[in-house]
Amino acid sequence: MTPDASPHITAGASPPAADIKAEKMLQPSQPQQPAPPPDTTASAPPSAASIVKQGPQVRLQALRAFYGSAEQVKGVDLEFPANKVTAIIGPSGCGKSTMVRCINRMHEEIPGARAEGKVLLDDIDLYDSSVDVIAVRRAIGMVFQKPNPFPTMSIYDNVASGLRLSGIGRGELRGKVESALRSAGLWEEVADRLSEPGMGLSGGQQQRLCIARSLAVDPEVLLMDEPCSALDPIATLKIEELIATLKQRVTIVIVTHNMQQAARVADRTAFMLSGEMVEVGPTQEIFTTPNDPRTEEYVTGKFG
Amino acid sequence: MSAHGATPNRIERFAVSPRRRRSDKLARALVLTGTIIALIPLVLVIYYLLHEGLKAWSPHFFTTDPTGNTFFKNSDIGGIRSAMLGTIEMVALASLIAVPIGIGVAVWLVEYGKGHWFAQLVRFFVDVLTGVPSIVFGLFIYIVLIIGTGSTFAGYKGALALSLLMLPVITRSAEVVLLLVPNALRESALALGAERWKVIFRIVLPTAVSGLVTGVLLAIARAAGETAPLLFTSGATNKTSSNLGEFMNSLPVQIYNDVISPTQSVVNRAWGAALTLVVLILILNLVARLVSRRSRLA
Amino acid sequence: MEAASIPGGDRSKLERSPLARFPDRALRYGLTLLAALILALIVFFFVRLVGEARPAFAKEGVLGFTFTNNWDVSSEHFGALPLVVGTLITSVLALLMGVPVAVATALYITELCPRRIKAPITILIELLAAVPSVVYGLWGIFFLAPKLQPAEQWVANKLSFIPFIGGGTVTIPNYFVAGLILAIMILPIVSAISREVMATVPLDHKEAALGLGATRWEMIRIAVLPYCRTGIVGGSMLGLGRAIGETIAVTLVIGDAPQLSGHLFSQGYTLAAVIANEFGEATGLHRSALFAAALVLFVLTLLVNAVARLVVMRANRSRNQPRQSGLGGSRSNVADLAETAAMGA
Repeated sequence: MTPDASPHITAGASPPAADIKAEKMLQPSQPQQPAPPPDTTASAPPSAASIVKQGPQVRLQALRAFYGSAEQVKGVDLEFPANKVTAIIGPSGCGKSTMVRCINRMHEEIPGARAEGKVLLDDIDLYDSSVDVIAVRRAIGMVFQKPNPFPTMSIYDNVASGLRLSGIGRGELRGKVESALRSAGLWEEVADRLSEPGMGLSGGQQQRLCIARSLAVDPEVLLMDEPCSALDPIATLKIEELIATLKQRVTIVIVTHNMQQAARVADRTAFMLSGEMVEVGPTQEIFTTPNDPRTEEYVTGKFG
Repeated sequence: MSAHGATPNRIERFAVSPRRRRSDKLARALVLTGTIIALIPLVLVIYYLLHEGLKAWSPHFFTTDPTGNTFFKNSDIGGIRSAMLGTIEMVALASLIAVPIGIGVAVWLVEYGKGHWFAQLVRFFVDVLTGVPSIVFGLFIYIVLIIGTGSTFAGYKGALALSLLMLPVITRSAEVVLLLVPNALRESALALGAERWKVIFRIVLPTAVSGLVTGVLLAIARAAGETAPLLFTSGATNKTSSNLGEFMNSLPVQIYNDVISPTQSVVNRAWGAALTLVVLILILNLVARLVSRRSRLA
Repeated sequence: MEAASIPGGDRSKLERSPLARFPDRALRYGLTLLAALILALIVFFFVRLVGEARPAFAKEGVLGFTFTNNWDVSSEHFGALPLVVGTLITSVLALLMGVPVAVATALYITELCPRRIKAPITILIELLAAVPSVVYGLWGIFFLAPKLQPAEQWVANKLSFIPFIGGGTVTIPNYFVAGLILAIMILPIVSAISREVMATVPLDHKEAALGLGATRWEMIRIAVLPYCRTGIVGGSMLGLGRAIGETIAVTLVIGDAPQLSGHLFSQGYTLAAVIANEFGEATGLHRSALFAAALVLFVLTLLVNAVARLVVMRANRSRNQPRQSGLGGSRSNVADLAETAAMGA
C-alpha cells in the first residue's frame, strides 16, 4: 500500500507469525487475521477516511530517558515505518514502556523524569522548543495497560472526552464519536446504551472504548503500552484484530511482554534489554533468525 | 483415640498451656473493656444532652432571640434564634473562603508540587496548622483585624478565624482524596492532548468529588462547634443580624456564656442549645458519610 | 476536512503559539502563590503575635514570664508558671488515661472484633470527635465533675500518703476532671492513627506469629505492637498537641485559679483557659501578657505537633507503605516505573 513499506515487509497483511513455534499459540487466531479488514471497513462507512489516510513515520535518534539520575533508556535509535505495527519486546524493566512514553512526551509528566535526544515525527523534532507538547499528544495517541475509562463519564462522553478536553469543534461530536466507536469495533455493542457509564462495560470492551477515545481526536500515531495484559484471551484477540485494521490509518507502536502477541500483530519487532536496543527487524526474522544471541535466548524463552 | 499410649502426650502437644491461655483471655478482656470504657462517655454525653436539652426545646426556643433579661426568676430569657442564624452565616462565609483555598492548595500539592521540596514544606506546615489551638487562630484575627484596624468585633472576622481553622483540615483531606484518583486517568487525559488545568477540572476533581465533599462537610462540622476562635472575633450579642460587619451571636459562644450563668433557666437554655448544636453537627457527619459511600474511588 | 491531514498531517499545528497554554501556567503559578501565601501568613501571624507579646516579655523576661509562679492581674505581675504547669498536668493526665484506652479500641477494631461490628464501633469512636468542646465542658461541669467528686474525695482520703494524689480537699473543678475530659477528647485521634498504623502490619508477620502457635494476644504482642510502636507514639503526641491547646472544655472544668497547687484534685488553670477567660477584659500589659501566653502555647503546640508529624511520617515511610491506608490499589504503573528505576540506580 505504501511505497516505503516494501523493504522490510514480508507478506503484506498475512501474519508473519504463521511459522513460529505454533504449539504455544492460539491456533484459531491465525486464519482469522486476514479476514477482519474487509469486514470492518464494510461495517464502517462513516470512517471512510481510514482507508486512504497515511500515518507518519516516527524516528528516534539517540534517545535517552532518565528518572532522576537513573538512565532507563540508553541512547536508542529506532524507526517506526508509516502504517506499520512495530512491537517492542523485552523483559520487564528493560525500558520499553519508558521509551514509548517518550514518543508522545508523557515521560516528562513524572516528577524528576527527563529525556534527551530526538523524536522525529516525519521530519519535525517533537522535543524542539517550538513544539507544543499538547499538540504532540493530540497527534500521537496512547492506550494504556489497564483499561481506564473516565469513571464519571458515560460511554459517549468518554469517547467525546478527548475532543472536548482539547476544545475541538462541538458540531460534529456525534459523528466523530460514532466513527471512533466503529473504528474501535465497539459500535455494534454499545450503540443502544451510549449514555450508560463506561465503567459498566467488560474489560475488553473498556479497552476498546479507550482505543475509541484515542481515535476520536484523530491521531496519526497510536502507542499501545501492553494493551492486552489485563484482558482475557478472547478480548485480546479482538484487540489484535483491531490493530490489524487500524494500521491502515495510523502508525502503531505496541509494547508487549507477550511474544506470541508480537508475532501475531507486528510487522516489525524490536528487542530491548536494559535500556538498549538489541535488535530490530521484520518480525519473522526476529523470531526465527535473529542476529544477536541475546535476542535468540529471549525469544526462545531462555530468560525474561 | 484410646489405643495409643502416646495419646495424652499428643493432646499435650497440641494444647496451649493454661498460663498462656489465661493471659490471652485476660488481654482480650482488657482490650474489650478499654473499648467499652471509650464508649461510656459518648453514651453519657448523649443521654444528658437529650435529657436536659429536650426540656428546653420548644417552638419559642428556636424562634426568639435571647432577651438578655436573666435577673429575675420568671422573666422570659428568650431562645437561640440569633445564635443558630449567626452560626450558619459565619460557617457559610468561612466555607466560602476556606473551601476554594483549601482544595486549591491540595490540588497544587498533588498535581504540581509532587516531589518538590517546597511542596514538602507546605505539606508540613499544613500538618502543623491542624494542631494549632483554635483560640490562637482567634487571636491571630484579633491582632490583624481588630488591633490592626482599630475596630471591633464582627461576624466576618469570626468567619475568617473559622476559615483559618478549616483550611488545613480541608487541605489534608482533599490531598488524601486526590491522591486516590488513579494516575492512569490523568495520564489518559494528558495523552489525549488535554492541558493540565483541564485534566484537573474535568477529570481529577469530578472523579474525586464525593471524597472532597466529605472532607469539606467534616471541616464544616468541626468549625460549627468551635467556640474559642469566635470569642474575640465575632463577639457575643443577643440580636439576630444578617450583617456580617456587626457583632454576631453563635451557638457555641452562647452556650459558653450561658454555662457561666447562675440562673437555672439560662443553664437549661445552654443544654437546649448544645443539643441543637450536636444535632446539627451529627447531621453534617451523617451526610458526609453518606456522600463518601457514593465515592467512585476505592 | 479529513483531506487536509492526509499525507503526514499538517505539521504546523505542532507549533507552540506564544499565548499557548496560558491558563495552564496561570493555574500553576496561581496555586503556587496560594501555597506560598499560606506560609507567609503563618510567618506574618507569628511575627505579629511576638510583637503584641513583647511588652510583657520586656517586663518579665521570656524565662521570667514562663517560669515565675506569680500570675497576679491586679498588681500587674505576670509569671505564667502556674498556667504552664496546669497545661502540662492536664495534658499528661489526658495521655495517661486516653492513650491506653485508645490503643485498646484500635486493637479491638483491627484485630479482635467480629467483622459485623467493626464499622459501627469505628463510627461511634469517631463520633466522640464530633461533640464540640463547649458541650464537653457543659457536660463536664454539670454532670461529670459533681458526680466524680465523692469518688475523688474517697481516693484522696485513702491514698493520703501519696504526695500528689492524697490528702487535701477535693474541689469540684480540678486538674483530674480536666485531664479526664481531655482524655475523652483526644481518644478519637489517637485511636484513628493507631488503627491506621495497625492496618499496615503485613499479613505475613501476623500469620508467621500465628503459624508458630501463638495465641491471638501473643500474635498482637509479637507482630502488631512492636511494628506499630512508633506510629502509636506519634499519634499520642498528636493527641498531646490537641490536649495542650484545648480551650473551652478545660476552661469550664479546671476552676480558673492561677495557683501552683501540688494536688491532683485542686483547682488550677491552663494557658489556653487563661486566654479564654481573661482576654475579654484585658488591657495594656495584661493583654500583652495574654498574648505572651498565647505565644508560649503556640510554640509548645508547634513543637509537639512537628515532632509528632515527623514521628508518624517516619513510622509510615520506614516500611515503604503508602501514607494512607487504601492508597495501595491506586498506584499506577508510573509509580512502579519510577520505583523500579530508583531501585535500579
